[in-house]
This record gives sequence, C-alpha cells and structure tokens, in this order.
Amino acid sequence: MTQDELLKELYDATLVGNQPRVIELTNEGLNTGVTPETLLFDALIPSLEEVGARFERGDFFVPEMLIAGKAMSKALEILRPLLAETGVETIGKFLIGTVKGDVHDIGKNLVDIMLEGAGFEVIDLGVQVPPEKFVEAIREHEPDVVGFSAFLTTTMPMFKVNINALEKAGLREKVIVMVGGAPVTQEYADSIGADGYAADASGAVKRAKELIHQRALARR
Amino acid sequence: MIDSSINSLSVSDGRVLDIIACGAIASSVREIAKRRGWSVEIHALSALLHDRPEKIANEVEGIASRLISEGKWVAVAYADCGTYGEIDRVCSDLGIGRLSGLHCYDVFAGKTMIEKIFDSEPGTYLLTDFLVRSFNKTVVKELGLDRFPELVWDYFGQYKRVLWLKQGSDPSLDAKAEEVAELLGLPLEVFETTDSGLEYELEKLYCNNYADGGTVKDTEMSLTAGSTW
Repeated sequence: MTQDELLKELYDATLVGNQPRVIELTNEGLNTGVTPETLLFDALIPSLEEVGARFERGDFFVPEMLIAGKAMSKALEILRPLLAETGVETIGKFLIGTVKGDVHDIGKNLVDIMLEGAGFEVIDLGVQVPPEKFVEAIREHEPDVVGFSAFLTTTMPMFKVNINALEKAGLREKVIVMVGGAPVTQEYADSIGADGYAADASGAVKRAKELIHQRALARR
Repeated sequence: MIDSSINSLSVSDGRVLDIIACGAIASSVREIAKRRGWSVEIHALSALLHDRPEKIANEVEGIASRLISEGKWVAVAYADCGTYGEIDRVCSDLGIGRLSGLHCYDVFAGKTMIEKIFDSEPGTYLLTDFLVRSFNKTVVKELGLDRFPELVWDYFGQYKRVLWLKQGSDPSLDAKAEEVAELLGLPLEVFETTDSGLEYELEKLYCNNYADGGTVKDTEMSLTAGSTW
C-alpha cells in the first residue's frame, strides 16, 4: 500500500468509525515511516472535519459522530506521545465540563471530539463540575478557553455562577468563556457575559478558533 | 389541587376539541377523553419527534394553524418537551393552550415530585409506560444502539439509576422495564403514578376552550386527580 492509499483508507475508516481498522492503519503508517503529523493532518483531521460537515448537513447523526470520534481518539492515543516528542503545537488549550447539577455529557463529548480533531488540547473535567473545580483547573492548566455545558434550563444558570466565581478568583480576563448546550442561545450567552456560544460541536470549534485569534490580535 | 369549578363538564352544542398530541401520550389522551365523555379529535404526532425537539413547535404550528383556519377549537397535548419555549411561542401566537410543565414526566408525577427526584439524584434516567413499551424503537434504534451497542456507555454512563414512572398496571411492562435497566446497566426503581395528572391537565385545556365561547354545562364532580402526589 502506498502512503496515499494508506492515508485514504485511514480517512475512510475514521469516517465510518471502524476503530480496529483505524488502529491497524495508524500503526501500519508509523511502521512504514509515515510521520505522526501526516497521519493526523492528512487523514484523521480531514476525516473528522468531514464528519462534522455531514452532521451539519443532516447526513450524519449523533451515533455516527460518536463512533467516528471514538475511532479517532484511539488513533490519537497512539499518536499523542509521538506528536509531543516532535513538538507539534496545538491550536489552543480548551478546558471543558458540564455544570454542577447536570449529568448530561453527550454534547460536551462531541465538542471534545471535534476540538481534538481540530488540533486543540482538551482537558475534560466531566459532569457535575462545581465552580470551585473550574477555578482550580483554570489555575492549574491555564487554558485559552473554558467551556461550560448544560442540557437543562434548571442548570443553565450555573453558567453565571461559574463566571462570577472566575471574576472573584481574578481569572475572568485570563480565559475566554464559551457556553453551550441544548437550551442555550446566543442571546442567553450574551446576557450572562460569556464570550462565545455555538449551537453545535462544529460551530464550537470554529468559534473557539475565532475567539483565540481575536484575543491574539488584541494582545499585539 | 383541583379547581372544582372546571370538573366534569360536558359540551352541549356538539363541538369537538381538536387536540394535537404527542404520540407518546396520544393513547392515554384518547382513553381519558373516552372515559370522560369528551368530544375530541386527536391528531397524534410521532413520538420520535422528541429526538428532534427543535421540530416539534413547527409541526404543531402547521397543524394548529390549519385547524384554526377551519374554525376548529384547538389544544396542544405537549409540555415544553425540549422546545425551550418555542411551543409556548406557538401557543401564544395562536391563542391556544398546552399541558403545563417541562416534560410529560411533570404531567404524570407532578412538577414538585420530579424536582425532588432530580434533587436526590441528578443522574436519574426517567421512563414512562410508553418509553418502556417502545424502548427498542424510540431509544435503542434512534440512538443507534442497535448498530453500535458499544455506545451505551457514551449515552448512559453518567446515569446512576432508571426510575420508571409507572402509570398503568400492564404486567408485561414489568419485565420490559427490567430489561431496559439491564441494558443500561443501571438499577431500576419504580414510582407509581396514574394518568390523573394528565387527566387534570386535559380537563383544564378542554374547559378553557369551551369557557371561552363554547356552550358548557356543569355537572357533578368526579375527578380525583392530584391525590397521588
């Protein structure tokens, strides 16, 4: 198999979430001298971008997205240490969690997948994350973006509680705040003083990139 | 509490209330209407719309607008159902009523009880009789678990228990509820309810419609809804 054939097959296997084949092709690629960056940027990331595009068009649904994301995660488990060795820079660091009182995490996990696929370093704090845990994690990891997720109208007010906690800890200006989840709207995000909102996982990646870029320009 | 002034009404002029109902509760709506002797026409929408809740309000609006233009009396047997206020917008625009609450769970078990349930364990996955009966179709197939059973943890890994809001006494559902809990790898708890909460909500819709312009006769009280919570 040529390198192009291998990359094409890895792209296709990721697209349909064929996890065993993705692992096999990733290892095969590395064993035959394909660089981790090539596997990531020429097969895995384009494949996951296509997954996101199909989801936006309504051709893919949540299961297809999850299964593709899980396949890609397996490849990343193999590639991550190698990429770290080669010093490949990430697009940014994204800390994420579902707010206190809310256990819903499917949307959040889809955002994780798309962010990782786009080259972000993702730190996921899980579900039912209290404000003090977000504060502590921001201090520890110094992310570019923190993302709060909520699925319920009853837990959505925790966004504002979290933002207040960041302000109290003197961290608000140091981190971009994004919010998302089924009941969340741009209007609501604006009303609580979040920096960004996106309606879906692909949108979250685009918005995070924009916000990081804007902040970099503002700091010049 | 039940407002006794709206109990047990009958319509004297033969007018029919057209109810646009979620498919998950349409059969219960029909049974209650039959039991109460209400004149209703039920327009059931697919329960699978709950997997695309952003479409519910538009579907309801389309049917309701048509019925109203035909001079019909219309009510909506949906709660908010994940539309996050969109169904209220439709109801307000068209001047029609809906079931109160966020979901049918509120209707069956009562809002206060549902709040208590989630306060005690946020990781509660709720079932109704309809969901137990149709779990394979409405949940397993719709979430792709038939094709990708390994996703069960991705969907349900954060839940701690399954709580069945049991409305009826169909013994065949007991085993099915156990099967659902087993599939999700969670303990099953059962909370006995009835359809009286739904009956109460429907009665409010039915009576409000006729109180606005229909000819209504008061008869004796019969409803005992609300006593279970």
